[in-house]
Parts: sequence; structure tokens; C-alpha cells
Amino acid sequence: MSLALFASQARASLEIVITDGVDSARPIAIVPFTFTGAAKPSQDISQIVAADLMRSGKFNPVNVSRMPQQPQNSAQFNAAAWQKTGIEAVVMGTVKEVGIDRYSVSYELVDVVKANGGVGQPMMNASGRLVAGQQHILHASELTISGKQMRQYAHRVSDVIYEKLTGERGAFSTKIAYVLVRDRQEYRYQLVVADYDGENEQVLLRSKEPLMSPTWSPDGTKLAYVSYERKQQQIYIQDVYTARRSILTSFKGINSAPVWSPDGRRMAMTLSKDGNTEIYVMDIATKAMRKLTSHRAIDTEPNWAPDGNSIIFTSERGGNPQLYSVDVNSLATTRVTFEGEMNLAGKHTPNGESIVMVNRTDGQYNIARMDKTTRYMQVLTRTYLDESPSIAPNGSMIIYSTLHGSTQVLALVSMDGRFKARLPAANGRVKSPAWSPFI
Amino acid sequence: MNLNKVLKGLVVALPVLTLAACSSSNEEAAGDTTATTNTPVQAVETQSDADRLRAELEALRQQNTIYFDFDKDTIRSEFASVLDAHAAFLRARTTVSVTVEGHTDARGTPEYNIALGERRGQSVVKYLQNLGVAAGQMSVVSYGEEKPVDAGNTEEAFSKNRRAVLVY
Repeated sequence: MSLALFASQARASLEIVITDGVDSARPIAIVPFTFTGAAKPSQDISQIVAADLMRSGKFNPVNVSRMPQQPQNSAQFNAAAWQKTGIEAVVMGTVKEVGIDRYSVSYELVDVVKANGGVGQPMMNASGRLVAGQQHILHASELTISGKQMRQYAHRVSDVIYEKLTGERGAFSTKIAYVLVRDRQEYRYQLVVADYDGENEQVLLRSKEPLMSPTWSPDGTKLAYVSYERKQQQIYIQDVYTARRSILTSFKGINSAPVWSPDGRRMAMTLSKDGNTEIYVMDIATKAMRKLTSHRAIDTEPNWAPDGNSIIFTSERGGNPQLYSVDVNSLATTRVTFEGEMNLAGKHTPNGESIVMVNRTDGQYNIARMDKTTRYMQVLTRTYLDESPSIAPNGSMIIYSTLHGSTQVLALVSMDGRFKARLPAANGRVKSPAWSPFI
Repeated sequence: MNLNKVLKGLVVALPVLTLAACSSSNEEAAGDTTATTNTPVQAVETQSDADRLRAELEALRQQNTIYFDFDKDTIRSEFASVLDAHAAFLRARTTVSVTVEGHTDARGTPEYNIALGERRGQSVVKYLQNLGVAAGQMSVVSYGEEKPVDAGNTEEAFSKNRRAVLVY
């Protein structure tokens, strides 16, 4: 099954094409929210929520034609009518214009199974009166916002619904940074930040020379990246909101692969200033440096363990590139991967239980995940020339760069490999995605 | 650092950033920022010598690229004569400097390929050093997979992109 979802307005340059996994997702109904008032806001909150939940890979928002009724609130909800639809939960709500560019948005999330299991049926309250049970209402909320805040609020609603139904925090209010290359333009390399769904694109920087490896600070306010604007690699730090930027490193040779420590105080990076390509950690405030590796083979692509005590990196010291781990205090180093011809770009999952990487098997480069305890390795993708995996802060999804046709595009795969989607750009090649932390 | 040069390579999307970019050129960065702009030609004594130099450089530019095997930085014997010519020139012209650009194909990750491109550049530098070229005349910049000459994804395109280029 392949369906294109144009989540919204014309200008977003990334769209989404879901290629796998909708059929196995949990059916949910997002009833179109009723609007009352004169000036309808441009953003349709129920459509945005449905798009969010669909691209989470965990839910399949059903078509309106499959809904037995379109209730606006739980009082209008008819539990019996929904019982046989197979739909697990229903989201319903209203948007009311309450002033100039002021909208009161209210919504409720109802569990269909609980509503039919008796908890939604009338029951005695403490004073002995018969009232409707409320436990099937998993969440109810009302808030007054402006039209401009509608989209952001819709993502917050998605976060709440996702968390209520999965027990895991939603990542719909996050952002992605990526590099857009438009070969015919003079300033062909662009550093872009957008909402996680590709909306609200903002170009932070345009350059004639390559931009690489954007990475977020743990507080989500800054990006570090590599720029060739002075005809050599330099690592920059740029504030996403004020656009202020400064040079962090400008050593002779390689200045590559920056990544913040979980506490935000240090930056791990790859430098070749001492001859070989090695991993270093810099204290950002004092610029004091520590070298973590000492090997004539290539060592690069550092990634911190969530506890900040060790760093995983790619090394070809064993002949081919494989993943190794170095303890940042003792510098004790152990090999992590043994399966496959190569393993590169290792990334710890937020819960610290797995490592996501680029695996090469039979000449194919795909995204794979390895369980750290069992060492079981699962190849998650079937796309071509996959690289630059970056994990959503809730650990549910991986965004990466791949080749589709003859163009580099971004793609998504869920952590279990079941949900797959492509994010083709309307114009240009897209690479080096970096998923922000929770914002 | 020449500010004009910086701005020529870089257009800034937001006005705030323009100001920030200006101030950042005065900021202290770790590492040696200088010695990266390679002065193409210096100390030319006579017009005829300048002409000769121009002709020599023109000839060298015709053969300034050597190619590598997948994931390798070993210089293949077929490129010995190309590098010999560059070595002879650089030995005779000690005031001329060269930048060796290292490149890779699109396979593997961008950051690994930066390291691989650097090794290819270094292996050209070592080769020229063994032929008597002074280390100070040479520098390496790796572009990894960022600047392919052939954007295709065939074996043929890959082999054209796995290269080191001597730039005067």
C-alpha cells in the first residue's frame, strides 16, 4: 500500500509517502472537529492530528465513511454504535470562534472498549445518584488559542493522545534539521530547520560550499554543524532562534562529526590535527581538549551513550569499519559489532537498550538496530544507500537519508521496522537529518 | 581572515545572522585558522618566467586527478607518471603550493567518507614527499562524498568520484 499524505499547505518542500505499515497499525477515529463562528482558521486541527498519528506508524486513522456517527463530544458518543467497527479509540472536538483570532478548542479522547465494557454505563456516584461513568474518557481538554497557534497546538494534542494510548511520550512537537542541496543555485547548500513533519521550514544558512553533520544541543536551542565556507572544515555552533553563530573549531585537516554530550557541556568530534583521524572531547566553555582514541586507522562518528559515560564510534582498526565503544574516563575500548561487512554511524537509542547504525551486508547499505544485551541485529530498511540515521527523542522512529530513484531523500522507519515512509523534497537533494530533542 | 572572502562564500538568510557572521570572524576559534588560503603563485621574476609558469600549470591541470579503488587509499601504479610530473614541477617551483582534494563515492556514511577522503589526500602528499617535494608546499582538504563529479549512482560514476585532485 502506498499513499501520499499532503498534510498541509503548499509551501512545505517535504511531503510524506507512506510505503509500509499502515495496515498493521491500530485503527483510530479522528472525527472532524466542528467549527462554529465566522472566520474559520486556516489550519484544520483534526486533520493535523490524524496526519501525526498516521505517521507515528502506530495508528491508522480511519476514513470518515467508516465512522458510524460524528459526535462532537462524549455526551453525543454512542458506545454501542462503535463497538463492532474495530476502532479502538475516538477523538472528537470543537473549535469555537470566541473573539478576533481567538478560538476555543475542546476535545475528548474516548476508549471504545472501555465504553462498551460497562465503565461508560450509568453508575452510582458517592451521593447515590445515577450518573454516566467517565472512565472511558481518557482525556478531555479545552484551551483558547490564536489561529497562528493552531498547528502547534494540534501537535500537542497528538502528543497527549499518543501518550494516553501507548504509554510513551509523543514526539510530534519536535523539529528536524537537515541539509538541502539545490545543484542549480549559486548558494546551493542550505541548512534548514522544520517541524518534524516538514512544515514551517526555515533556512538558517545558505552557502556556496558544503554544509555537513547538523546536530542539536540537548536543550534544543542550538545546532552544531560543519561548514566549508572558508575552504576547509570548521565546526560552528548556531543558535536556532537568534541565528547567532560562532566558530568552535578550525584545526588543520578534519573538523567533523560534532555531537553534544548529554549534559550539553562538552562536544565530541573528529579531528585529524595530530596526524591520524581521532575522536576528541572538548569542554565547550574552556575549549580544553581530550583525545579519546589513538590509532592509525580511521576513528570517527562519535555518539554519546545516554548516561554520558561512554562514546560509540566507527573504526576501521579491525580492517573494515565497525562500531567500538570507549569509556570516556578510563578510555577502555571494546568492539561492539561483529555482524556484516561494515557497520557505521552508530547511535544509542534514548533508552540505552539498542544501537541503530548503517549496516553493510552483501554490498547493501541499510539501517539496522542491534539489541545491546542479546546482540541480535535486525536490518530495518530495504532502501538504497542509507546513511545518517537520527532517532526521535521518544525512540519510536528513525529518520535517515537514502537514495530514491536518482535523488537523495529523507526516509522514516519505525524502531521495529514495520512502518516505512519517504519524505521527498519538492526541489533538491536532502541529507544529514537530525531529529531534535523534546522541545 | 578576509571578511569579503567570507561573505562571498556565504549568504545569510536572516539579517540577525549577517551581523553575527561579521562578529564571528573576530571570535577566537580553537585551532589554527590561518594558512588555509593557498596563494596560487608568488615571486614571479620576469614576464617570460610568468608565461612559462602559466604554461606549466596549464599542462599539469590537464592531468591533475588520480583515482582509487573502493574504500582504499593506495595509489595505483598507473598514476605514477602523473604524480612524477607534479613532483618535478613542485621541486623546481618551491614557492608554489598545491592543495590535494580527497573525494569518495556516495557509499558509506558522509562522516566516514570525510576520513577516507583525507587519507587519499594524505597518501598523495606522502607519495610526493617521497619524491622530494617539501611538506610545506602541500595541504589536504577532504570533501568526502560532498562534491561528486558524476552525480549518478552507477559503478562507473562511483569510480569517477573516488579521486584525489591536485589544485594549484
